[in-house]
Amino acid sequence: MERFEGVFIGALVCFAIAFVLSGVLPVMALNKVNNKYLTFEDLSQNVSDEFVELGRDYPEEFMKAYGAFIDKDQRSAVEVALKQLKNDWTKVDEKDLRKRLRKAYAESLQVGRDTYISESCWHCHSQYIRPVAKEEQRWGPVSQPQEYNNALSMPPLWGTRRVGPDLSRQRGVHTNDWHLAHLYEPTATSPNSVMPRYPWFFEGDVEKPGKRALSIVTYLQWLGTTFDQVPEALKKPSKNVEQKAEESK
Amino acid sequence: MTTDTQERPLVNLWLVKAHLLSAFVASLVSVLAGYLYSLQFTHAYPFPTVEWLSPGRVRLVHTSLIAYGFIVNGFIAGIYYCVPRLCGRPVWSDKVGVFGFWAWQITMLLNAIGLLLGKCQAVEWGETPTGFRPGTFEINFIPIDLLITVIAVALIIQFYVPLYQARNKKHIYVTQWYLTVGFVWMALTYLMGNILPEWYLPGASGAAVAGLFIHDLVGLLVTPFGWGLMYFFVPVILKKPIYSHWLSIIGFWALAFFYPLNGVHHFLLSPIPDFVEFGAIISTIGIEVVVTTVVVNFFMTMSGQTHALKESMPIRWFYIGMVFYFLTCLQCAWQTTWTAQEIIHFSDWVVGHAHLVMFGVFGFWVIGISVYLWPRVTGKEWYSRNLLAWHFWLNAVGIFTMFGTLMVSGLISGYAQRNLVPWMQMVNDNHAFWIIRTAAGLAIIAGLVLHFYNMLMTMWYGEEYDELVDEIHSLEELVAAQTVAA
Repeated sequence: MERFEGVFIGALVCFAIAFVLSGVLPVMALNKVNNKYLTFEDLSQNVSDEFVELGRDYPEEFMKAYGAFIDKDQRSAVEVALKQLKNDWTKVDEKDLRKRLRKAYAESLQVGRDTYISESCWHCHSQYIRPVAKEEQRWGPVSQPQEYNNALSMPPLWGTRRVGPDLSRQRGVHTNDWHLAHLYEPTATSPNSVMPRYPWFFEGDVEKPGKRALSIVTYLQWLGTTFDQVPEALKKPSKNVEQKAEESK
Repeated sequence: MTTDTQERPLVNLWLVKAHLLSAFVASLVSVLAGYLYSLQFTHAYPFPTVEWLSPGRVRLVHTSLIAYGFIVNGFIAGIYYCVPRLCGRPVWSDKVGVFGFWAWQITMLLNAIGLLLGKCQAVEWGETPTGFRPGTFEINFIPIDLLITVIAVALIIQFYVPLYQARNKKHIYVTQWYLTVGFVWMALTYLMGNILPEWYLPGASGAAVAGLFIHDLVGLLVTPFGWGLMYFFVPVILKKPIYSHWLSIIGFWALAFFYPLNGVHHFLLSPIPDFVEFGAIISTIGIEVVVTTVVVNFFMTMSGQTHALKESMPIRWFYIGMVFYFLTCLQCAWQTTWTAQEIIHFSDWVVGHAHLVMFGVFGFWVIGISVYLWPRVTGKEWYSRNLLAWHFWLNAVGIFTMFGTLMVSGLISGYAQRNLVPWMQMVNDNHAFWIIRTAAGLAIIAGLVLHFYNMLMTMWYGEEYDELVDEIHSLEELVAAQTVAA
């Protein structure tokens, strides 16, 4: 049997067996529990607060980065609205503003994710929470597959190393400005951090974020929002977490 | 295909030499990148504000070049040497060989440039740029993956021609089985890993296939080529057949069956369905059958010849590599349990494991092959035996120290995570071990620099060498003895 034809066919068969058991079967099982796959357009239907805040706080840089992704005839209206947010936010129709910002938001998420890949962030940070080692207490509910059935998880950025903390549920954990400061110079917000600096995301100064800075902050502030795709039954914390909460009362 | 087989030499020694030289050039670039990267962890990075030298990107050059630059070039050199001898036929085409050689090195250069420019692909161990924006078909760089595929196809044909032509010979040696399967697996694995998670399978589905890719690269490409070459070089050097044909058969088929199923063990306790994870865990433990059979086979072959460890540098490199192989695989069987995973996953422990196997096993085998082949391809004796010895000790002590320090560092951070120690505290606790890791890296670099220097000096100033005569005869005897001894 150990002749050319025999081992060649044997190799194909063994590869195929593994591909079915470790590839096809899990994909089929996951398709049963997953909701619809979310494209960039789907993901940008709910423009985040943080994205609007970036526009409010850095209107010039924001328009420079995303102006091309706002409809031409609406651009000046958006610019005015963003500036008005600082002066008197009650005068701004936020729902309308967010509608106009959808394409810009989609672009921001995608550029943010692309930057996360380019800079190899995924080699130091993970993006899934395991049901062990008290990770739930640190970062929130255990990750479920439904959270990753979207365009921002293709290719998946789960990571295999945690030099830095897990980022699955970053949304709202820090303010935009914390992120910008942290990206410009990590040791400014976290003394002794071993994270590299990313001054090239900015136009010379931490107060002048470029497109990559704004986008990656938008992406980081998006992480965790797909938790709403998870069925209610799976959202509850595990028994361990509840027991500990009881015990510490 | 050339018809003038009488004038064309069986083995193209120029190709062996070229691939060996470039393997070590790539290794030097890679370990320098690795060393640089390690400085970030000790707060000593010299270029903190240079975009294309950002630590994260430099890391990618380190991992990519050690695999696709060093290991691949080194193994191809060994394969160019042994396939024609085993099959009695030359490779498909010398012209294709030369073209493939240059094309590969240029691709590796473009790969490194692409990675530093931030064009990597988000597939671990497959970071070579696709040339497209992630998940899309918008071109943003030279499609390195495509170049690699084209060259790989050329190499597969290059070696399949003699392997196929020799299929009806009386004795097909175990090396030929491993190389035959290694090439087809290389093609399947590479395409699967670089295409599916990037454009067709998101999230947990993509991760399952990405896990398959990571492990298939190690188990279905690097391992078969590595062991195949060991099955060739060890008996040739010891002038003694492999201990047991049956162990070879069992080891081979167990590898073919169990290895591909391991993949998902890279993502245990993740959102991938549990039944898949359990399959991977069982398979990873089952693989010990393979490991034990090959290791027993080679150590029994060595029995009575232990003086070779002292006298033959290649044997020394091969056998310490096998010891590390046994250690790494045994470690793996324990690592794969959920119990161990709770603590060690995501930690430095895994990094230590990866370094011990990629460099301490396969790297050492490439080095051993180079020590054996370099006089044969240059026609010169080694310039300095002393440097050969220094290289060995620097690398052996270096890699083992790196393994040890990362193991401890990993355990510390693993337990710290479970004990809810604040993150920055944990990072500070790792600091001392990262300094030791950088020092161990320096030892490895020093060894490799000495070796490269030795290679160049041998090529330019070495004394004449002429021990090529009796090798082919002994090889045929060995093949015949191996298959009869079943």
